Amino acid sequence: MQCQECGKRPATLHYTKIINGEKTEFHLCDGCARDKGEQMPGFDGGFSIHHLLSGLLNMDTPVSEGKPRGQEGSPSGLRCSTCGLTYSQFSKIGRFGCSDCYQAFGERLDPLFRRVHGHTAHRGKVPRRTGGKLKLRREMEQLRDELSKCIRNEEFEEAARLRDRIRSLQEKLQG
Amino acid sequence: MSLRRFTEHALSEWMRGEGPQSDIVISSRVRIARNLSGLPFPMLATSSQSAEVVRKVEEALRQNPVDLVIREAELIRMDDLSDLEKRVLVEKHLISPHLAEESRHGAVILSKNEAVSIMINEEDHLRIQCLFPGLQTDQAWRLADELDNGFENTLSYAFSEKSGYLTSCPTNVGTGIRASVMVHLPALAMTQQMNRLFPAITQVGLAVRGIYGEGSEALGNLYQVSNQVTLGQAEQEIIDKLQSVVRQMIEHEKNARERLMETMRTQLEDRVHRSFGVLAHARIISSKEAMERLSDVRLGVDLGLLSSVSANVMNELMVKTQPGFLQQHARMRLDSDERDMRRAALIREHIHKQD
Ligand SMILES: [Zn+2]
Ligand SMILES: [Zn+2]
Repeated sequence: MQCQECGKRPATLHYTKIINGEKTEFHLCDGCARDKGEQMPGFDGGFSIHHLLSGLLNMDTPVSEGKPRGQEGSPSGLRCSTCGLTYSQFSKIGRFGCSDCYQAFGERLDPLFRRVHGHTAHRGKVPRRTGGKLKLRREMEQLRDELSKCIRNEEFEEAARLRDRIRSLQEKLQG
Repeated sequence: MSLRRFTEHALSEWMRGEGPQSDIVISSRVRIARNLSGLPFPMLATSSQSAEVVRKVEEALRQNPVDLVIREAELIRMDDLSDLEKRVLVEKHLISPHLAEESRHGAVILSKNEAVSIMINEEDHLRIQCLFPGLQTDQAWRLADELDNGFENTLSYAFSEKSGYLTSCPTNVGTGIRASVMVHLPALAMTQQMNRLFPAITQVGLAVRGIYGEGSEALGNLYQVSNQVTLGQAEQEIIDKLQSVVRQMIEHEKNARERLMETMRTQLEDRVHRSFGVLAHARIISSKEAMERLSDVRLGVDLGLLSSVSANVMNELMVKTQPGFLQQHARMRLDSDERDMRRAALIREHIHKQD
């Protein structure tokens, strides 16, 4: 098979990409692949994820409400005061400019997070040093879950042990 | 120059093929994304802010020698590397193409055994990556977690109670963790079962892609399975789910291999030995063909149909026959025809060494 770009050399790189939901096949020679920046066998899928993201974000912009876009109060008017990135820039590039963007765009991000992750709130690790009380609260939630499980299973010895740990955590949180 | 160690010495730990389930799983990787609070993400950071990130990370590295792995690590600045050297690091999966080509004040901290690589000023300020041979996602996560804690002793991370670790791309927010496993699935590919497996895997929040791009085409029957969800699940859940899905894929692949051996052993042997013959004797070979033939031979070794080469030679050759490596080996720029010749020569050399 010849390279689809130059038609001169045999295609050595063959792959499929999904761009905006459409599957496209590519057959390139090494030279043209390099020009396209595709020749590096990177682990991550490249740009298509951002096409996809941008598509998702634009879906969040209300268009059927009878109001023209860009009006006051519409998400595109939002701007992060720390880095200056606007919501509409964000929805084009699919990237935040700084950590304050999360605050600035606030709950507008929830539908996006829900679509990408199926969730809107973090349940994982918390920084040890700066996470402080949050970490204790998380631990307590987990212990409470375990406690009710123990009670359901009638494992009362373990339940008593858990109850004591919850108490001592409570003291730590208040102190 | 000490970088030579990383670019000339071809074998990384993960290529040795000695991990658990190494007949099917090539490598396991965990990467966590972190950003420093109070500084814009690399995309919007000024040159001096990016330089500050490198300075802070370097200092944190000095103050927190997490363990021997990282104590023996060194920090390498992208600006100090030639294009070819960068490319070799990409081909070894130690840095991303993005860090190699587009980063400003980009740098990487590499451990001596290359199991740890920490990218600085990639899409996020920090990307801590741990790479192990075989199926060792748990081990990779534990090490990444430990390194992360070490850095956090000194560095203040951008974190919010609601959204977790704040990252440049919304697909990484929360845990910032991306765990992935590279699997070799020739029997599933031969029996055309990949297309049935793909949607099932997507449904549980994981993704599969061929190592050279998205979609169903994978060179050398190598696939990468990774988590897509980073928000709303705890790290261990993410790791466990990936691990259990990969175990199921391994089972499917093993069954498919057994069935192939029962029903078409001779055809399989023929295919394996033909591919071995091509690798042992060809004078010109494209990267696509090399990957396909290496995949066949690797399958033959795993099934005991071929004993004159070892499985890790295949791992090694899959990396060494990449354009960057070939040019590094030849110590000159090579066009694609010349690379096809050098590739064939390099493969012959490795295969005959084993006889
Ligand atoms: Zn071409
Ligand atoms: Zn911002």
